[in-house]
Amino acid sequence: MNKVIEVENLTRAYGDFKAVDNISFDVKKGEIFGFLGANGAGKTTAMKMLTGILEPTSGKGKVAGFDIKTQRNQLKYKIGYMSQKFSLYEDLTLKENVKFYGGIYGLDNKTIVERTNLMIERLGLENIEDTLISEIPLGWKQKIAFSVATIHQPEIVFLDEPTSGVDPITRRQFWDLIYQATEEGITVFVTTHYMDEAEYCDRISMMVQGRIEAMGTLEELLTKHNAKDMNEVFLKLAR
Amino acid sequence: MNTFLAFIRKEFKHIFRDKRTLIILFGMPIVQVLLFGFAITTEIKDGKMAILDLAKNTESQQYINKITSSGYFILEENLQNYSQIEESFKKGTIKIALVIPPTFAKDLGTSKSSAVQVIADASDPNMANMLTGYLSGLTNSFALEKSLINKIPINIESKMLYNPENKSVFMFVPGVMTIILMLVSAMMTSITVAKEKEIGTMEILLVSPLKPGVIIIGKVIPYLALSLFNAFTILTLGFLVFGMPMEGSRILLFLEILLFIISSLSLGILISTISKTQQTAMMISLMGLMLPTILLSGFIFPVESMPEILQIISNVIPAKWFIIIIKSIMLKGVGIGVLWKETLILLVTSLFFIVMSIKKFKIRLE
Repeated sequence: MNKVIEVENLTRAYGDFKAVDNISFDVKKGEIFGFLGANGAGKTTAMKMLTGILEPTSGKGKVAGFDIKTQRNQLKYKIGYMSQKFSLYEDLTLKENVKFYGGIYGLDNKTIVERTNLMIERLGLENIEDTLISEIPLGWKQKIAFSVATIHQPEIVFLDEPTSGVDPITRRQFWDLIYQATEEGITVFVTTHYMDEAEYCDRISMMVQGRIEAMGTLEELLTKHNAKDMNEVFLKLAR
Repeated sequence: MNTFLAFIRKEFKHIFRDKRTLIILFGMPIVQVLLFGFAITTEIKDGKMAILDLAKNTESQQYINKITSSGYFILEENLQNYSQIEESFKKGTIKIALVIPPTFAKDLGTSKSSAVQVIADASDPNMANMLTGYLSGLTNSFALEKSLINKIPINIESKMLYNPENKSVFMFVPGVMTIILMLVSAMMTSITVAKEKEIGTMEILLVSPLKPGVIIIGKVIPYLALSLFNAFTILTLGFLVFGMPMEGSRILLFLEILLFIISSLSLGILISTISKTQQTAMMISLMGLMLPTILLSGFIFPVESMPEILQIISNVIPAKWFIIIIKSIMLKGVGIGVLWKETLILLVTSLFFIVMSIKKFKIRLE
């Protein structure tokens, strides 16, 4: 058993309101863990605690072997993060973005150049490597953002609704990219509110109003809730 | 260190790729100094005037010559009767009117004093005040020339210290510098931090191993450099174009400028912690910082003539103290021995803002 994320009774409260209410789960190495839930179910809050930018009100958590309360500094080198806004600098070129993000993770220039070239080759971006991000189409930006989030070869990459606002074909291509990353041993923790994306994940947790209401593989959830797809599971749980 | 350099490099790229930022950074200081220096002066030249000369004799002619050759007035109209005075004011062709009574020459040189009437357009009170002031000055000196008693008991010999020619540009150069430094340091910094929040990159930076302190310092250093550059440009323009004096220590001037920039930068960071978007950051900077700074710092309106409540408020405006410091160093040549109080106030406010902004920045992270 090689667990990269271990969470026990994690809670984040804002006054009386519990954005995340006593959740517990594990994620295994190399897994794609789908963190599903409606907008406002507490997915982003949970993710912020796991990435060390939000202090939990109570509960315990370990990511990549480091405590999310006390070992944030070590933890940060082991994780990558991609927000729903893709988070690239529009006024910098592709190469400059990669160089900057590589730089803040402490990579040396040689490594940055090597990995940039590898990434450009893999994604077929030779023509736009010196183009400003603002001139690059959305679907490409998203792939670039993912590659940038994994430029320091983290153990786990957190993806916060990475496919919102992207067309189905690009979404499919994006998932191919995620598979590629897991083949290299990177664990993927992904939030989404597209229920159909659940079938791409190894395991799924379903969050409703701050609580994890269901967790397991797709088949397990479908049989348990006697549903034909995740949408139905979601509707049954949310009711 | 590598991490830090990567950050600074990125910040400079943001600045140099944004045309609007560039114009604000490099165009505005020059334009403002030149504008304030040349176009906006508190001294008035060529005030348009009309004269109703009812005396029409040699003395009145001499009197009129004295006024028109002073450079302060231009004789726009020679009026024939009283009713024309108001007409001219209403048309807006004149700012001031002078009525010389028929008895003008007769009264001169006798013990009986003579009266001339001055009517000014007070819809522009500043201008009206100044023009009447000039006119009474000229009239007094004319009266003295014509007086039989050549000596009057008390004679005022005034001397304008530190700015003998009464040049308003000596007031404006420190003022403009203050405004520009405030704008670049506080407003631009708050906007650039808010921008990272708006486009979502701030989250990435916070998740990354970058320490919050490094993020703040990385954001601030480019603007510190540019602010210093701007201060240098403005002072150079002041020296070369307007002949600003530099009586005091350059090192002290530099340190005081640095101190003011640091206080403005920390204000900028403070603003950015409470604003989520660039627009909010800009509005808060403009309304909450620039406006009070321009109005209450004594840059345009003298603090001494403000209502007491505003005078009290003006004490918390760093720019007020900075302007006093700059003027004292440049014009009077005084040192830290005199300026320690103002410097201390700046120092304390800077520290206060720095502590506040670090605190706020941290709270937001939790």
